[in-house]
Amino acid sequence: MSRKLVIDPVTRIEGHGKVTLTLDDNNKVTDARLHVVEFRGFEKFVQGHPYWEAPVLLQRICGICFVSHHLCGAKALDDMIGVGLGSGVKLLPTPEKVRRLGHYAQQLQSHVTAYFYLVVPEMLFGMDAPPEQRNVLGLVEANPALIKRVVALRKWGQELIKTVLGKRMHGINSVPGGVSKNISLAERERFLNGEEGLLSIDEVIEYAQDGLKLFYDFHEKHREEVDNFAVVPALDMCLVDDAGNVDYYHGKLRIVDENKNIVRELDYHDYLDHFSEATEEWSYMKFPFLKDLGREKGSVRVGPLARLNVTQCYLTPLAQEALERFKAYTNGKSNNMVLHTNWARAIEIIHCAELIKQLLNDPDLQQDQLLLTPADNAWTGEGVGAVEAPRGTLLHHYRADRAGNITFANLIVATTHNNQVLNRTVRAVAEKYVGGNVEITEGMMNAIEVGIRAYDPCLSCATHALGQMPLVVSLYDKAGSLIHERSR
Amino acid sequence: MSDSVNKKEFSHALKKTPMDPEVQAKRDEKIKVAMIALCGCWGCTLSLLDMDEALLELLDSVTILRSSLTDIKRIPQRCAIGFVEGGVANEENIETLKHFRENCDILISVGACAVWGGIPAMRNEIELTECFREAYIDSPTAVPGAIPTIPYHEDVPKLTTKVYPCHEVVKMDYFIPGCPPDGAAILKVLDDLIHGRVFELPTSINRYD
Ligand code: SF4
Repeated sequence: MSRKLVIDPVTRIEGHGKVTLTLDDNNKVTDARLHVVEFRGFEKFVQGHPYWEAPVLLQRICGICFVSHHLCGAKALDDMIGVGLGSGVKLLPTPEKVRRLGHYAQQLQSHVTAYFYLVVPEMLFGMDAPPEQRNVLGLVEANPALIKRVVALRKWGQELIKTVLGKRMHGINSVPGGVSKNISLAERERFLNGEEGLLSIDEVIEYAQDGLKLFYDFHEKHREEVDNFAVVPALDMCLVDDAGNVDYYHGKLRIVDENKNIVRELDYHDYLDHFSEATEEWSYMKFPFLKDLGREKGSVRVGPLARLNVTQCYLTPLAQEALERFKAYTNGKSNNMVLHTNWARAIEIIHCAELIKQLLNDPDLQQDQLLLTPADNAWTGEGVGAVEAPRGTLLHHYRADRAGNITFANLIVATTHNNQVLNRTVRAVAEKYVGGNVEITEGMMNAIEVGIRAYDPCLSCATHALGQMPLVVSLYDKAGSLIHERSR
Repeated sequence: MSDSVNKKEFSHALKKTPMDPEVQAKRDEKIKVAMIALCGCWGCTLSLLDMDEALLELLDSVTILRSSLTDIKRIPQRCAIGFVEGGVANEENIETLKHFRENCDILISVGACAVWGGIPAMRNEIELTECFREAYIDSPTAVPGAIPTIPYHEDVPKLTTKVYPCHEVVKMDYFIPGCPPDGAAILKVLDDLIHGRVFELPTSINRYD
């Protein structure tokens, strides 16, 4: 008789997922899947709304990378009103830099949350530690000094987001053609120099480096396990500038293979010419792939590991130093070791902190030319935006009618790009840690979750698509209590 | 969640490494709080972390059982206070919420989605079949020539026809509005409740956006 093992829900990730494993009589893994079990339906229900609502509504897809959704939407709207990169127009320096500042702040905050709150517990306690211990509560008990620093670091990122966007979460600053507010000198000083209860930028950079050191120490002690945990080869994709360096806010999409040969380079406005998305019955999350290569060969990986594999270099010193060590580890070839994604994430925290420091010192942030006004008849009615969200390339595409009402929206989020590699990872880890064992423990199953957490998947983001047949019909009585539920 | 086809073995029910009894005993003395996320964006859950340093202080007297930040996948014992993010959008949400109600003394809707359905409830205006067509048949990235596939599987929950606020499914005791509420609002409520004060949200920290 076959066995079916279930992880429900996958925890310490954003959103709702479930893993199922099927084992045959010899305890061999015959099936291993990550199911995304939730969905919402933004693409459909945003239709009919005024175009300018899109970045405000659609950031509600995700409570951890909302700035990415907000900016991606804003970039699409720049195009739509005729002052965007799609029409060959570049924003004024101040709005672009203000947007970048908010984006880097979020990249930092999101990575800090994912790395320290969700991933570090395993590094300190081990994969088969008690589930009650391997989480933030365990960190508080075991290392109060560390958790204080983590809280301060996350707070700093959130406060900077609040300064740029008006709220810690789901704020507003970007508008079609620019931003609605710049950064005052007083605000700048607050983040550069810190204040009571708020770190200075130099402390942020120092704490970020400590985060990377945490990985180095862990790696030193468990090299074998970290390197061989799961190795999943894939094409890597991210946005790069003209020099081939990663740019979190803008660029062309570059895809490289295992030898870092460029296999594709495209203007993200043309994404429909390159990507298709497959659907499986067992998950609400689709599987994007490069059309001409097919799903098996043409699925790409995005996110920190992919970005470090693609980028030539960083233009900030501490991150560049860390990147060189990272690249040397695989002799310049692409790094496919799943747990090294956490290494890459720790490096990106430093990179973002350094980028923020550069930007905070830029006097353009205080200029007051914030908006480009479109010329008459510039309206194009269509726009595509792309950014490097914390988890990888994010894409928003909208169309609107002449009255300004949205008629079409399509989104491809980072975690969806990673769907195929995520499932390959689940399978690889299941075969290695679970398969062949007669007695299966909770710790072995957690290894699978560790593999998933490395991607820091945001299943909230990935389930924006609405569309499915199975329905449950609910009947309520007058008082509002559920009296009958029927599936069809 | 029907277990009819294959007997499922849940990971959290498998043999696991036990907690250090001393550490566990300390936690057992504390007030037990839990949080579930239903159909939301995870933002309200993260607003909990927005309490910043105050969260660490709180953890002297409070411990967290089930939540998506811990690895505790079912409530293991009775909880004093349960927070809910998100509305009810599928059959699993209904089960999870009911189980939560049965095991928590006080249940609180946190954020617009839990309070009234929030942004996901915008789908209530649309026929589900239309949405289905949009996502899987008319999608601009649909695989050319492929037979459209619609997720339908024993391992993915069925959707409810509408997105419901939590209080239409079970009794909720308190509501914290906001999308999301600020960390300060959640902190005030939690602090008041664990000290036996009445629930009160002054306008200075309450928000609706
Ligand atoms: S209320 Fe807002 S922040 Fe909270 S889960 Fe819903 S969309 Fe996210």
